[in-house]
Amino acid sequence: MAKPSRRQFLKIMGATGAALLAGKKASAHEEHKINNETIGMLYDATKCVGCKACMSACKRVNGDYGSLSYERAKFDTDGLWDAPQDLSGSTRTLIKLFKQSEQEWSYVKYSCMHCQKPSCVSVCPVAAMTRDPETGIVDYNKNTCIGCRYCQVACAFNIPKFQWEKAIPQIVKCDLCKNTNLPKKGISACAEVCPAGAIKFGKRKDLLEEAEKRLQENPGKYINHIYGGQEVGGTNHIYLASMQFNKLGLPTLKEEAPAEFSEKIQHTIYKGFIAPVALYSTLCFIAVKNMKGHGEEGHDTKNDKGGHH
Amino acid sequence: MTEKGLFPGVTRRDFMKTCMTVSAMLGLPYGMVTKVAQAAQKTDNRPTVIWLHFQECTGCSESLLRSTHPTVSNLILDMISLDYHETLMVGSGFQAEKSLTDSLLANKGNYILVVEGAIPTKDNGIYCKVHGKTAMDSLKHAAEGAAAIISMGTCASYGGIQSVGPNPTGAVGVRDIIKEKPIINIPGCPPNPYNFLSTVLYYVTFKKLPELDQMGRPKFAFGRRIHEHCERRPHFDAGRFARAFGDEGHSQGYCLYKLGCKGPATYANCSVLRFNDANVWPVSVGHPCIGCTEPDLLFKTAIADKVQIHEPTPFDSYAPIDLKDKGKGPDPLTTGVIGLAAGAAIGAGAMMAKKLPDGPEKGEDHGKTE
Repeated sequence: MAKPSRRQFLKIMGATGAALLAGKKASAHEEHKINNETIGMLYDATKCVGCKACMSACKRVNGDYGSLSYERAKFDTDGLWDAPQDLSGSTRTLIKLFKQSEQEWSYVKYSCMHCQKPSCVSVCPVAAMTRDPETGIVDYNKNTCIGCRYCQVACAFNIPKFQWEKAIPQIVKCDLCKNTNLPKKGISACAEVCPAGAIKFGKRKDLLEEAEKRLQENPGKYINHIYGGQEVGGTNHIYLASMQFNKLGLPTLKEEAPAEFSEKIQHTIYKGFIAPVALYSTLCFIAVKNMKGHGEEGHDTKNDKGGHH
Repeated sequence: MTEKGLFPGVTRRDFMKTCMTVSAMLGLPYGMVTKVAQAAQKTDNRPTVIWLHFQECTGCSESLLRSTHPTVSNLILDMISLDYHETLMVGSGFQAEKSLTDSLLANKGNYILVVEGAIPTKDNGIYCKVHGKTAMDSLKHAAEGAAAIISMGTCASYGGIQSVGPNPTGAVGVRDIIKEKPIINIPGCPPNPYNFLSTVLYYVTFKKLPELDQMGRPKFAFGRRIHEHCERRPHFDAGRFARAFGDEGHSQGYCLYKLGCKGPATYANCSVLRFNDANVWPVSVGHPCIGCTEPDLLFKTAIADKVQIHEPTPFDSYAPIDLKDKGKGPDPLTTGVIGLAAGAAIGAGAMMAKKLPDGPEKGEDHGKTE
């Protein structure tokens, strides 16, 4: 093998750098765009009456398909109530109450936000989490999942939950009744049963329009912001509320999707497999260079061995 | 009872009110009131009804008569042509029997057969006889020409108290004997008279039977559990229970579940329709539901036994929003410093490795010399 020269080494490094730059340029073209034709839900916390019909309906409709179960409270020896304290391996949606004072309080419904650029889909190493480009539904395939729970760590809203207590666990999160109520009735179970009209189901563009309309028609009633409109690259489940969203457990987030940022880095590095090739070439170069001294010794021993034969 | 003409003492207003109640109960749109009224008024339209009594207490008939609209019993007796009813008919003995056989022949294939009471089957059914014929034979004979059979009450529907172990007479419900005819069960002990009235009027109006559930009960009346519409339900959701008859919770009108209320497992419209036209029903006066419309509950579970709730719903309180501060996560400076330190350590390691004396052979030699 020819001795790698300083000149060659620099050439390789230069090529790697160029590739990285080219990669960055290329990835800049596939920028994330919000698709408003996808479906989602608008939750209006000011309309919610806290009846929890959505919670009951969700469990009734998705119980078997989603392997959900009822959560008994410690004090409830007769098994009278379903008492989830948070989203869990048995609960896909939940109404909580935030009480600042006797006058200021608000209900809030938790369930999957169905991000336009979901982190859980981005991080899933086996593509068990998927986002349907047509409907915008972020769905989970239990048959592909390897149980790494990376989606749990990645989600900005702390939505995916793992069934820790089960022998064959799954990730549990809302799928907009994709396999249960949606094909049958064209609407998610929670939106179907809501008696107060707090959950509106429909295309994202219609939901945004409705939300804008409500904001304009009721000045002072709402915080003048549609939560999920721009957060983390837009979500399909959007919120209106009369209280600061971070008080309702909905974190203040940047507009750029974290998944977009991390994918930019990853896709740049691995563009055309140049970076790994460059890395291994560099390692080879160092290895070969370091073999210079040892090579002769090795050669000698080989000869010696040959001599013995 | 009906000697004063077609609708004695019934004003037009009362008649329309009853038709309206029935339409509403059936879940029919408002406009259907006229249709129901028309169907009820047509005299040539009156379906023949044969009412047979077997092992029973006549409570179901009494329930029908005790409906406090005084006009309803008149109406029902005139809207339908009740050709045979042992308690109500004027004739008796051979005269009564003749009207039965005549009617069975004349209206073959068109009459509605109403059965009240269970049918004994043990020892060829000798434990209940009318006119020398066993209940089994009478039922089979009457069922042959019936357009449909209405089992009035829990005994006729499922066997009722007679069929509870040891069941000395081998009592069964109509559905266990008659298989080839449409059977509508209107269980209850006693059943609400309006459930019966609505079923008959539905048949008269639409010429077909109402939609039934798996137990053969009309869905308009038995489609939901009592628990779902109970006036004490908010107490259940809030965990406020009466724990003994007459205790403070009981006097406050709390939920009767812990006293054995079978409401969460009983399909019936009692909590909505109620009884005696006076808005009362057992639960409203402080007694737990005994599940009289369910074949597996009435007389088969103790009144004090609690039922299992299979579809629990959330109770009346809310999980708080957890606003605990989460950790800040790694900040860039710390990451940088740690990265630098790690890099330096690896570099130093590499340099040290380079400076180490040429390894294994010498080491081995060294070992050998020692």
